Amino acid sequence: MYRYDEFDATMVAERAAQFRGQVARRLSGELTEDEFKPLRLMNGLYLQLHAYMLRVAVPYGTLSSRQMRKLAHIARTYDKGYGHFTTRQNIQFNWPALVDVPDILDELASVEMHAIQTSGNCIRNVTSDQYAGAAAGEVEDPRIWSEVIRQWSTFHPEFSFLPRKFKIAVTASDTDRAAVKVHDIGLRIHKNAQGEIGFEVIVGGGLGRTPYIGHTIRNFLPKAHLLSYLEAILRVYNLEGRRDNLYKARIKILLNVEGAEKFATMVEKEWAAIRDSDVDLPAEEIARIRDYFALPDFEDLSATDDAFEKARTKDKDFARWVRINTAAHKRSGYSIVNISLKPVSGIPGDISDTQMEAVAGIAEQYSFDEIRATHEQNLVLPHVRQDDLYAVWKALDAHGLATANIGLVSDIIACPGLDYCALANTRSIPIAQRISERFAALGGEEEIGELKIKISGCINACGHHHVGHIGILGVDKKGEEFYQITLGGSGAEDASIGEIVGRGLSSGDVVDAVEQLVQFYLKTRQNKERFLDTYRRLGAEPFKEALYAAA
Amino acid sequence: MPLLKLHGNDLSPALEEPLHEVTLDDWRENPTAHTDATALVLPNAQSLSDIKCDLNGFSVVILEFPTFKDGRAYSQARLLRQRYGYTGEIRARGNVLRDQLWFMARCGVNAFEFSAENANDAKTALQEFSYAYQSCADKRAPVWRRRFDRSVAA
Amino acid sequence: MKAVTGNRLCDGAVVYLKDDDQWTVHIAEAAPFQNDDSEAVLKAAQTRVGEITEAYLIDIADDGAPSGRQALRETIRTAGPTVRVDLGVQAGGIR
Ligand code: SF4
Repeated sequence: MYRYDEFDATMVAERAAQFRGQVARRLSGELTEDEFKPLRLMNGLYLQLHAYMLRVAVPYGTLSSRQMRKLAHIARTYDKGYGHFTTRQNIQFNWPALVDVPDILDELASVEMHAIQTSGNCIRNVTSDQYAGAAAGEVEDPRIWSEVIRQWSTFHPEFSFLPRKFKIAVTASDTDRAAVKVHDIGLRIHKNAQGEIGFEVIVGGGLGRTPYIGHTIRNFLPKAHLLSYLEAILRVYNLEGRRDNLYKARIKILLNVEGAEKFATMVEKEWAAIRDSDVDLPAEEIARIRDYFALPDFEDLSATDDAFEKARTKDKDFARWVRINTAAHKRSGYSIVNISLKPVSGIPGDISDTQMEAVAGIAEQYSFDEIRATHEQNLVLPHVRQDDLYAVWKALDAHGLATANIGLVSDIIACPGLDYCALANTRSIPIAQRISERFAALGGEEEIGELKIKISGCINACGHHHVGHIGILGVDKKGEEFYQITLGGSGAEDASIGEIVGRGLSSGDVVDAVEQLVQFYLKTRQNKERFLDTYRRLGAEPFKEALYAAA
Repeated sequence: MPLLKLHGNDLSPALEEPLHEVTLDDWRENPTAHTDATALVLPNAQSLSDIKCDLNGFSVVILEFPTFKDGRAYSQARLLRQRYGYTGEIRARGNVLRDQLWFMARCGVNAFEFSAENANDAKTALQEFSYAYQSCADKRAPVWRRRFDRSVAA
Repeated sequence: MKAVTGNRLCDGAVVYLKDDDQWTVHIAEAAPFQNDDSEAVLKAAQTRVGEITEAYLIDIADDGAPSGRQALRETIRTAGPTVRVDLGVQAGGIR
């Protein structure tokens, strides 16, 4: 993975020092809250319902064991013994004191981490495929380009005061695990007909109040021009994006008002003026960054291992976990291991300090020191030998980290909701907990197959409900919690925005409704098709009927 | 509200010399009525395409930063410097706060109607960062170039 | 009735204005104000920028508990997350 040199390290340290000064100026009364708020937000520090919340960047979701241990240390020392992984591959601490935050930033800087640009109207922490560098069939490691973007976007002098926040995601596989079509900019690395590698540039996707699937404004951008092209998009947006209405300020609105074609023309025109300037990195620098993402020292292993096969036959729970939680690796004899942070009744994305320590230890011993955070609020060990899987499973299980439910009905994305978030209408987490309990009691999750439930506690859609196969949105009705169901959304390569089906349900009814929808699906599906495919085949009507039968 | 000017890397208080200001629209409408104008005022929504000829004869361009959040003038400053070849003074007016000066300077702003009293604060603010990742409108070499120069030297 | 609330500057804890003009984390100790008086009290509280931040008024019932449209929000805000009853004021964790 990438390692800081003295330039990176100096910049992060100087930023921490700058924030220390800003906090001191706030505490001394030199800065008012109005003046301080944008400064703390630029360092990921929010004021939430109960306390401050610090959002720490995990660039493109990649963590080392040392970094994970530091997060555990911070959770223990400055917070209440846990952290929360978010849908942007970041981690949040829910209880830091303002006076401690400068120390926390110093601690983070000591392991090449920070909270820079995890908030505010700037280019946010870039996200990517959690299987990057390990996935069978990827074109190349998308983290090379994610790191290029990280450096370029950090303290970008022109783009730190955009009309609204700006999110970029990068993928390099046919299976899109980074949700590139619902980002302000999604980049899909692919090979063109000539066999050259470049980017498909997708702009104007996003969730929130007005959800949109992004438009491809360029099919193939040669890699060398990535930064100048991004700069052209951002400049058009910075100058032309709306600033008079918070809800119309994202780039998706500009793009849809102008039309994708006209927007593309504006970008191309701007790009023509800067494409040969020194915005783009020279080949030497790209090669320098690329070297950090060289494959680890894999051994030549055979595709099957006797001990592994024996363990699978002997231990049904292990076999099930392997089926559900592991994925194909690009090297034979290795696997990608998913660690679910969604135990039955658990809080999606939450992890205790001792669990963080455990994951760090396991990654160190079995996964070349690498851990990934996923936008679905889980973790990944990207490079595990097949003959180590049994030991890894045992070790994870000892810490309550071996729940076998990746991609299944209880692998629910839920935003913090009204239990933590100052903007929330309703709670999200209790709904997730009760759905997972219901399906645990019913059994047969694996039989139901891939089913993505996503829950947001308000229209900001941090829980991605628009792109849930089943989406649940919390709405406030005269001070009471109600939940609106959307169906048929997807954030993957077959992206679509879910349709709202009918009126809101009370929190008591919403779990029954989900069960009813699933039962209806099981009755009507053909040939093991997914819930989403049944919905797409049959349309909304029959599902609506099933829903109202329950409510 | 002191006026501060940047000379090289040095930021120091400057005397307020009287300016004769004109907005771009007024200037274009009737240049002869503004022959003594010295400073061109560019509102945030002003498109800069075709501005090159208008810049002739102005020694000061004034850009507006109405609120902390409105960042259009950063792009405008950069375009003036890097696309339209403007070498005179670019002055920031409005909500010109300590913690934005670094970004403004990098985009090519070299005069500031600083919103706070203490000019030393502004000086400190410009010294908080030793490096920058990107090339911009200032002379600062981006980090990738420093890395490259260093590896060539080694 | 209204109460004045805000977050303590140094650690973000949810606090309420008491009769003696001090801040408390216990909503039961909050001073109740008649709706008409409350705006002036809030204005005064908002000037105490070195102590608290984001001050505003909430509705409270006669027994001092949050009431009105924001009752659920304010109940969770004062007690702590409903999904972590081991944390927050409800667990005696904040003073
Ligand atoms: S969706 Fe709404 S409630 Fe949930 S975290 Fe985002 S802002 Fe808060």
